[in-house]
Amino acid sequence: MSLSINEYLNQFEAHQQAIAFLSDFLGTDASGIMTFLVFGAACFIIVNIMALVGGLGTYAERKISADIQLRQGPNRVGPYGILQFLADGVKMIMKEDIFPADADKPLFNLAPLLALTGVFATLALVPFSSGFTLVNLNMGVFFLIGVSSLVGVAVFLGGYASNSKWSMLGGMRGASQIISYEVPVTITALMIVLLSGGMSFGAFVETQGGLPHEWYIFHNPFTFIGFFVFFVGMLAETNRAPFDLPEAESELVSGYHTEYTGMRFGLFALAEYIEVFVLCGVGVAAFLGGYKVPFDLGSGALFIDKLGLPVIVGKNIGQVLQVGSFVTKTLAMYYLVIWVRWTFPRIRVDQVMTICWKYLTPLALFNLVGVAIWMYAFDAHSIWEVLGQAFSSGH
Amino acid sequence: MASYTLDVYMPVLILMGLSVGLFLVSVFAAKIIRPSKPSALKEQAYECGEDPVGTAWSNFNVRFYVVSLIFIVFDVEGALMFPVASIYRKFVEVGEGGVILGSLLVFISVLVVGIVYCWSKGDLDWVRSFQLSEDQVKQLQGAEKRS
Repeated sequence: MSLSINEYLNQFEAHQQAIAFLSDFLGTDASGIMTFLVFGAACFIIVNIMALVGGLGTYAERKISADIQLRQGPNRVGPYGILQFLADGVKMIMKEDIFPADADKPLFNLAPLLALTGVFATLALVPFSSGFTLVNLNMGVFFLIGVSSLVGVAVFLGGYASNSKWSMLGGMRGASQIISYEVPVTITALMIVLLSGGMSFGAFVETQGGLPHEWYIFHNPFTFIGFFVFFVGMLAETNRAPFDLPEAESELVSGYHTEYTGMRFGLFALAEYIEVFVLCGVGVAAFLGGYKVPFDLGSGALFIDKLGLPVIVGKNIGQVLQVGSFVTKTLAMYYLVIWVRWTFPRIRVDQVMTICWKYLTPLALFNLVGVAIWMYAFDAHSIWEVLGQAFSSGH
Repeated sequence: MASYTLDVYMPVLILMGLSVGLFLVSVFAAKIIRPSKPSALKEQAYECGEDPVGTAWSNFNVRFYVVSLIFIVFDVEGALMFPVASIYRKFVEVGEGGVILGSLLVFISVLVVGIVYCWSKGDLDWVRSFQLSEDQVKQLQGAEKRS
């Protein structure tokens, strides 16, 4: 069972005592206020961690690209240049703000804010562990697909409001690319909804297991193809190379953020790096077993029964293991995304559209039909269970 | 755990509020510490050193409209399939999956017909050829001879 952070804390006595104390202190029922405080604190922590992930993402991007191209990469600020992202942040805050004279000022300001809001709103759904999820919405993946398209609006607005030809071209390309690739990603998500019988990320993860053969990627041949459809669609949705046409630096200068300087540009970059993390997390939750730890270590029952640890300690060790499992898989996928960026050349606009509409969309529809028929034919068993039954009945 | 009340959206709203706060602080409040020396040259749109000619707000290529129209059709149909998809597993578990499978297949076949139609009309090609086919050329030549 997957809980939101508030429901998880509610299990413990100390939390109940804190609510009772606050109720006495204020003279009214304080459970609502307590919920707000817990969510506020958790949101603040997650935003800070994610800002760190975004910052370290830029560092990792440069270090890995340097590795691939036999260069040094950043190595001056801090040990191995790891503080480079802080130096970049300080530089961006100190930079002069330049407003193009012809720009549409309100929209020019609004675009980075929309990108940031769209990405931050999706953070609420990232399932770090069965207890540490901000909220396990029952319409999870549907909400995520809807809210993350705010980024597409931001890309287009940024291009339009700058009133520069490079920006305009980048913005139009970005808008058409982001909405096009939403179709295969939505249909692939639909496939996982069929398998898991629910739209929430809790349902996605809880119907999988800790070991690779229990993950949805290896559930049947169609989901295996579906993972790659999702991965390519994800690269295009986040404007990562080889789909970085909206900001193609060799043809459009810098695309939709050509006219952006200083912190507005910084917020665009931050939103992009966090979005990659969030979508990697979605991929992990949908296909790679999410926060599940092998041999059911995540529930902590083993620590409580065998080692005789107190219930709170056992449960929390399980939670830490789950967070570790989720974050490890997500960062591995993040590495893959960066690796792809520095390996493949950028593709042309017409190729982007061809890949989306003529390859990925029919493939996603084929997978959807395949999974639906597979579930009907084999009672929703995975290919390993089907093979196991076939071999055991043959003897 | 499934949630049926609206207060589960509280963290979403808090996160949106935090993003607005981050934006206001880093873009507006930090104006105190950054220099501001605007000049007419600095505020020009960037066109690789040339003086910008005209405005960038011009007509779109009509391809973008076609792509967004196809997208809307597919996205709405995808959205309509979500509720059906989320109950499919329960129906399969009690052995009644055939009903849902049938309706899903009918719905998906409509989508497939849609994509085949768009494909055959050439709406999925980004670069569309406007050259006349040989039959059309013959027709036109025939019309010219008659006249």
